[in-house]
Amino acid sequence: MIKIDKKLFYEMLRIRMVEEAIAREYPKQEMRCPTHLCIGQEAIAAGVCAALKKEDVVFSTHRSHGHYLAKGGSLRAMIAELYGKATGCSEGIGGSMHLIDLDANFLGAAPIVASTIPVAVGVAFSRTMLKKPGIAVCFFGDAAVEEGIAHEAMNFAVLRKLPVLFVCENNMYSTVTNILDRQARRPIANLASGHGMTAQTVDGQDSGAVYTAANKFVGFIRNGKGPGFLECLTYRFLEHCGPHEDGPALRPAGELARWKKNDPLSRMGRLFKGKEIDSMKEKISKEIRDAFSFARKSPFPSVNREDERLVYKEDHQS
Amino acid sequence: MRTVTYAQAINEAQEIALTRDPSVFVIGEGVPDAKGIFGTTIGLAQKFPGRVMDMPVAENGMTGICVGAAISGMRPIMVHARMDFTLMSFDAIVNTAAKWYFMFGQKQSVPLVIRMVVGRGWGPGPQHSQSLQALFAHIPGLKVVMPAVPADAKGLLLSAIGDNNPVIFIEHRWLHALTGDVPKGYYEVPIGNARVAKAGRDVTIVAASYMTIEAMRAAEALLQEGIAAEVVDLRSIRPLDRNTIVKSVQKTHRLIVADTGWKSFGIGAEIVAMVAEAGVHFAMPPVRIALPDMPTPTSPALAGSYYPTGIDILRSALVLCGRKQTVVARIVKEYAAAITEVPGFSPDQPDPTFTGPF
Repeated sequence: MIKIDKKLFYEMLRIRMVEEAIAREYPKQEMRCPTHLCIGQEAIAAGVCAALKKEDVVFSTHRSHGHYLAKGGSLRAMIAELYGKATGCSEGIGGSMHLIDLDANFLGAAPIVASTIPVAVGVAFSRTMLKKPGIAVCFFGDAAVEEGIAHEAMNFAVLRKLPVLFVCENNMYSTVTNILDRQARRPIANLASGHGMTAQTVDGQDSGAVYTAANKFVGFIRNGKGPGFLECLTYRFLEHCGPHEDGPALRPAGELARWKKNDPLSRMGRLFKGKEIDSMKEKISKEIRDAFSFARKSPFPSVNREDERLVYKEDHQS
Repeated sequence: MRTVTYAQAINEAQEIALTRDPSVFVIGEGVPDAKGIFGTTIGLAQKFPGRVMDMPVAENGMTGICVGAAISGMRPIMVHARMDFTLMSFDAIVNTAAKWYFMFGQKQSVPLVIRMVVGRGWGPGPQHSQSLQALFAHIPGLKVVMPAVPADAKGLLLSAIGDNNPVIFIEHRWLHALTGDVPKGYYEVPIGNARVAKAGRDVTIVAASYMTIEAMRAAEALLQEGIAAEVVDLRSIRPLDRNTIVKSVQKTHRLIVADTGWKSFGIGAEIVAMVAEAGVHFAMPPVRIALPDMPTPTSPALAGSYYPTGIDILRSALVLCGRKQTVVARIVKEYAAAITEVPGFSPDQPDPTFTGPF
């Protein structure tokens, strides 16, 4: 258990420090793309991805840095993408909202709400048809279940017993609109149960609990028992998009302070000695410095606006 | 060479693709049923168990699922018996399928074919008859094809299946029963090449899909008046074969575009603008023949005057070629009479053998 705790803590710390570094550098106006930070929600990315194998694929949303990093996406390529550089994971075309790392089987993040859910199901469908191993995981927010496409995808996943894990990060806010102004009072997990799949709600600030639940789900999904749905209750410490907090006009008084007491890092940090954490931080800081320096030094891409090869794949199946 | 219908040609293309490539599958509402999407999928489910399938009534989600399958080794063919329903999947087509290759820096492409049938006749009305090629052709990242004859239907569908990008494959309902020579076995008609269906020097008629058939009829009638019309069957809407069109208008200096969609902001507008931008001299102002800017009415009495036909093409061509009003009126009258005198003629049927509902 100590080994997994350390892995989870290290992963969360790494995501937190990367996000903090982005928030620190963002006001310099060099990262010129909408950037959605996941500070406060790191336990979910760390907990779920710790239960996955390399062959498993992950999809995500506009708030994808944590998922990308936890699945093993290249930090250098991610930071370079935020800087709009040619060395970025999407060659500077996508920005923060379109991360991808094929080597890590992080197959894509996109900001159209719920749009990657069916794509994840589609990968699970092809794995089933081609009899290939591996499951598909899709991270999405609470608002995604308000989109019809999420339900269309869930229905098909259950119908075909596909190997998919749906992970709903319920942080209660869609941009700044509270969930109570958007959804009836009932657990989101009930919607998934309604589709006929196993669903569970967990404390999304407890990476150990997320990991345990994810592990259980991944186990039965891998054994061909069909999809599963994990709702993780969490909270976004920063604003929807950008490096600042939301401020009192947008959040009820005391809400952020209450949730900060439930910070996934401080909760788990108690398990480790200060010295141990310091050495983790030192290692991560070095990695972050390297990534930012790589990004800054990298060249910008250049695009010939007439070049259709950027839009259409030229080669044809023989 | 043998003669088969347009529907059989499509069926054959899918059968060949399913045989030669295990990653191909066909999915859509009603695909495996006995009617088999107007005959285009009949028998395939029996020949390829598990690879020719029905789907939930969830166009958007299923399109997203097919994108997922396409980026992970499969080559899906989605089928929609009515194009109108694909609007439910506009998000997955435009935001997801069309963007995937570009937005991730060309990492993964989406080899996906979406077949869509344009309804017409027997009163499909406002929501079962839309011809929305212009909507799809507007989107970078999509390819759009509209074959008019059986040989092109087969060759373009095989080309679309082999293409590594999302291809919108549009079939006009009145073409399914059309017969024509179709080569056996595997062959491709390249996407992006128009076909000069009839060579001529006097007036260029650029036509899309079913309007090619109407254009050919008009061109025959024009011959009797000593006018040699050049009929360019577009076949591909995007990419558009600009060279073939421009070359033709450079020769004739007269242009008619006949489309199955609406006039405003449509294919005709794009082609006229493109030819004008190319600096081609027009001897007469170009003409767009298209649907009036009104949704499709249902009653056969209303639909008859709603849809443009060869009559409209003929009339425009005669005017562009400088024929006097009296001559135009006489020829148009003769042409119209020849069509309507066919026993069993009705303006909401392509021919009397084609009975409703369809």
